[in-house]
Amino acid sequence: MKQSNMEFIRKAGLVVFMTGMVVFLASFFLAKYSYTPEIVDIHVHEAEQNLLLKKELEPNEGRINNSNISYVKMLSDAIAKVNKIQLEKYTINNIDINNIINRSKDLKFSLSLADSVFAGNSLEVVFKRESFTAYGGWLDDREFDSQASMKEVLSGIAANISRYEISGKKGFDSYRTKDLKYALTKAASVGPVRDHPLLFIFLTFGLCIIGAVIYLLPGIKELPGIKNDHIFNNSMTSRGWLGILTGSFLIIFYILLYYLPEYMTNWIIMVDPLSMALKGSEAGRFFLYGFIYTLAILVMGVRMMIKYRGNTYQQIRTVSVMFFQTAFAFLIPEILLRLNKPYFDFKNIWPLDYDFFFDNSLNQLLAGGTLGIFMLGWGISLIIIGVPVMVYFFGKRWYCSWVCGCGGLAETLGDPYRQLSDKSLHAWKIERVVVNSVLVLAVVMTAGVLYTYWTGSSQIAGLNTYSVREAYGFWIGAAFAGVVGTGFYPLMGNRVWCRFGCPLAAYLGIVQRFKSRFRITTNGGQCMSCGNCSTYCEMGIDVRWYAQRGQNIIRSSCVGCGICSAVCPRGVLKLETGTEKGRFGKPVLLGNDSFRDSS
Amino acid sequence: MKQVVIIGNGISGITAARNIRKLSDLEITVISAETDYFFSRTALMYVFMGHMKFEHIKPYEDWFWKKNNINLINAYVNKIDVSEKKLYLSGAGSIEYSILILALGSVTQMFGWPGQDLKGVQGLYSYQDLVLMEENVINVKHAVITGGGLIGVEMAEMLMTRGVHVTFLVREKGYWQNLLPEEESQLVSRHLRSHGVELKLESELEKIIGDENGHVVSVKTNHGEILDCEFVGLTAGVKPNIKLLEETPVETSKGIMVDSYLETSVEDIYAIGDCAEMRMPEKGRISIEAVWYAGRMMGETIAHTVSGHKTAYKPGKWFNSAKFFDIEYQTYGNVGNVLHAGEDKFYWEDASGTRCLKLVFDKETNILKGINVFGLRMRHEVCDRWLRENRTIFYVMEHLKEADFNPEFSSKFDREILDKFNDGGFGTEVVLRKNQSVLSKFLGF
Ligand SMILES: Cc1cc2nc3c(=O)[nH]c(=O)nc-3n(C[C@H](O)[C@H](O)[C@H](O)COP(=O)(O)OP(=O)(O)OC[C@H]3O[C@@H](n4cnc5c(N)ncnc54)[C@H](O)[C@@H]3O)c2cc1C
Ligand code: SF4
Ligand code: SF4
Repeated sequence: MKQSNMEFIRKAGLVVFMTGMVVFLASFFLAKYSYTPEIVDIHVHEAEQNLLLKKELEPNEGRINNSNISYVKMLSDAIAKVNKIQLEKYTINNIDINNIINRSKDLKFSLSLADSVFAGNSLEVVFKRESFTAYGGWLDDREFDSQASMKEVLSGIAANISRYEISGKKGFDSYRTKDLKYALTKAASVGPVRDHPLLFIFLTFGLCIIGAVIYLLPGIKELPGIKNDHIFNNSMTSRGWLGILTGSFLIIFYILLYYLPEYMTNWIIMVDPLSMALKGSEAGRFFLYGFIYTLAILVMGVRMMIKYRGNTYQQIRTVSVMFFQTAFAFLIPEILLRLNKPYFDFKNIWPLDYDFFFDNSLNQLLAGGTLGIFMLGWGISLIIIGVPVMVYFFGKRWYCSWVCGCGGLAETLGDPYRQLSDKSLHAWKIERVVVNSVLVLAVVMTAGVLYTYWTGSSQIAGLNTYSVREAYGFWIGAAFAGVVGTGFYPLMGNRVWCRFGCPLAAYLGIVQRFKSRFRITTNGGQCMSCGNCSTYCEMGIDVRWYAQRGQNIIRSSCVGCGICSAVCPRGVLKLETGTEKGRFGKPVLLGNDSFRDSS
Repeated sequence: MKQVVIIGNGISGITAARNIRKLSDLEITVISAETDYFFSRTALMYVFMGHMKFEHIKPYEDWFWKKNNINLINAYVNKIDVSEKKLYLSGAGSIEYSILILALGSVTQMFGWPGQDLKGVQGLYSYQDLVLMEENVINVKHAVITGGGLIGVEMAEMLMTRGVHVTFLVREKGYWQNLLPEEESQLVSRHLRSHGVELKLESELEKIIGDENGHVVSVKTNHGEILDCEFVGLTAGVKPNIKLLEETPVETSKGIMVDSYLETSVEDIYAIGDCAEMRMPEKGRISIEAVWYAGRMMGETIAHTVSGHKTAYKPGKWFNSAKFFDIEYQTYGNVGNVLHAGEDKFYWEDASGTRCLKLVFDKETNILKGINVFGLRMRHEVCDRWLRENRTIFYVMEHLKEADFNPEFSSKFDREILDKFNDGGFGTEVVLRKNQSVLSKFLGF
């Protein structure tokens, strides 16, 4: 094909792709929000809260909100108001506490005292009685030295009840508020996307896919061979304005996804029909995410296949991540849900899968019958047998660049950015500290969660295991793995999370470094220090440092992507899994006999 | 304390400095006028093509030199005073040395073509050439490259990434035929053409024609053909950079003459790398080896001598490698462009015509003399061992797989190669060693 024709096709593809992108972004704004009491009925089943919320929202009935911002604000205000009303109504106040103290004999507390103070059948006193029994049960028969100390302890209990129990049982706690805002926004959305979701799927995802394929296909006509031409002249791939723009878009997307899903309901409505077809229920934000994620891996996987024609290792590896993402991460879990089985990703491994041991996941698996128990056993054996055995034979690459979902996205969508990883010694030092700290944190967090699971107590050494796991989820699970992990592709390379954050990578890496057959062999004295290998190592390994001194490359962080070997213009590097012998051999640069005997 | 001064921060000078530092605590100063820090000359092309930025082709981070107590001076050495043991630097005064190592590299070979100083005409050797090329390439549609060596191909590849049409003038009947045998030369020529390079074989540059602004507009070949172009690449080789030695007693011929200890005719002055010319090269080696690896090995060797362990330079079995667009090339031992007396060859080429293997061996003894391989990767260590151990080509054929260095899952050609070999009438039939079973391979028995 002529160069100019090819350029034309590419441009056409780009235009189609950009059209899809623009419609996708525009659809964010293509909705109005109309509140009706029915949507509260659907999503709030507790009678008390239901009525209160509807009452608060009543003035908005029949009004159309043009922007989700004002609509969500209205919801937030109403929810906050309900919480406030309930707090006032149910708080155990000073009078209640003084009553208890006054009735006590010899400053001795007993639950019967509380029962007598909170006697009756009204909603308030029933709640106060029950919650006081639950939160203050451990104080039964406790004697105090003074009224003041008794008051202090009892007030503490009352405060805990206000903090956790009232919002949880009588109002809306923070989790519920987040869900509710999202659900009530989604349900209230009206407009073209709601009316024609399939059309919009075509106009957004459809056009993007078609455009991308048109853009990529002419590559097949080129001679095989890896072309990294102009990567550092292109603002998209060299931290120029296009790269920064793309990074910002990804970062905003992730922030919406994790923290503000109520603003992205229109995109979720778009994929509702797909979700219905697949699992028989409406889409949630993580369905949308899984869908986009899988598409990205598939389309960019095709790009990999074309770019690395002539390198079978790259092609097989790419098919592998495309397969594991589509089947194991996306389809199978959704189908399991449809069959009323526990949601389970068979290839996800703790501690990357940091909530594997959370009480809700464990309970779900334990309640899932034989299949559930099998899943639990499978997950655990991957951690203690699968990882070490596979890493021993193949290196950590079997997971990181063949199976893992994060790795899959990094190797496909992220491939154009691999050269942006920092290769300095300084970065390596930071990497080792940070990634291993995250591993320690994950282990500690999980140990705490399991402690709570077995003992029922949520306090260890002054720490609340729920707060720890919540913080881990927020900072590591969402902010680090998601926002930074993917959002920073165009800024710091495609493996920021895998390199600096992933606790599983740290674990795999320790095995790879100390007990594995995997190594990258340096070919005698053939290296000419050009630096292609280091530049294109997504893990920021200075491969050249080893190659130019005739040393094998054995680094815990190496994910075995094989790109260093693929781009080396002198055939110096080979990923191998021979024997353990000679992995760490003395660096030798073949070819110089001057001191062959003396050394 | 002894002051070792090295002129030239290329691979040879820098390897010397690094290794002297490893072996001794002599004071080390490296003076060079090209760039502040050592960079990989072989990678200049990748910077131009946008594969890397200049910072990526510096093999060591900038803090490395200070940390290892190696002084770097960016200056040009104008003059060496051999009797005073003193160097005069451009702008920065003078510096004394106890031991001087000349690692001056090469300069582009210019044959005095008419018009070689026109704008848009250049060679490619230094960082400055790269910068110049960035300037010269603007608005260029056609380029002519003359001289069919490695740098020429690199230049062609560079220019083509900017959409320039390249005409390549080659004096011989095939690309690089003064070094490559016929078949290999054909293979590369075909590949260059498939990439759209216009190869003009048996053509030489006669003169370069400029316009009124002193910019090149065309060239004239020895066949009288006029080729319009806005860029001319002169890549007919390099020659040792010896200008600095002109008024000194240091003996030079093509290069700076050195003995087997890399010492020049003047005591305490050594020369290494591209600029050195061996008085008595080892068997099978030539007197000037302007390649990266030779520079590095000389640097390693001189470091031993300077640090007090006098060591003769003894390169081992020759090896080299290159890449022609997408085709990688490796060579081990000696493969001449024509067979020498008493030699025979085995040649295999795959169906696509982009991969080949050439073995040259002694007709009498069947002992392997050299290997050329294109489009496949071979294991240096194994090839080196075969050559050292004087293995016959039957042994080599039987053990070919041990030398396989291609990425995992690459197509295998050993069966095909062996069939061709057995059909070749070399006498003995070689049987392929049995494949390991998958299980034993997995378990590594
Ligand atoms: C484009 C290109 C591609 C190549 N590709 C390959 C390849 O693939 N494989 C291979 O084996 N070889 C290759 N080579 C050859 C290889 O790069 C050289 O053999 C090697 O770099 C020579 O190293 P050196 O240390 O001898 O000299 P140089 O690297 O040339 O270093 C000499 C330095 O000394 C400086 N200098 C000289 N005189 C003075 C002075 N008076 N004062 C101050 N400084 C001075 C020069 O400026 C220069 O910086 C290639 C060369 C080029 C140009
Ligand atoms: S060292 Fe090579 S194989 Fe390992 S991660 Fe870096 S580029 Fe990939
Ligand atoms: S890419 Fe190859 S030749 Fe270049 S520095 Fe790396 S190992 Fe050496």
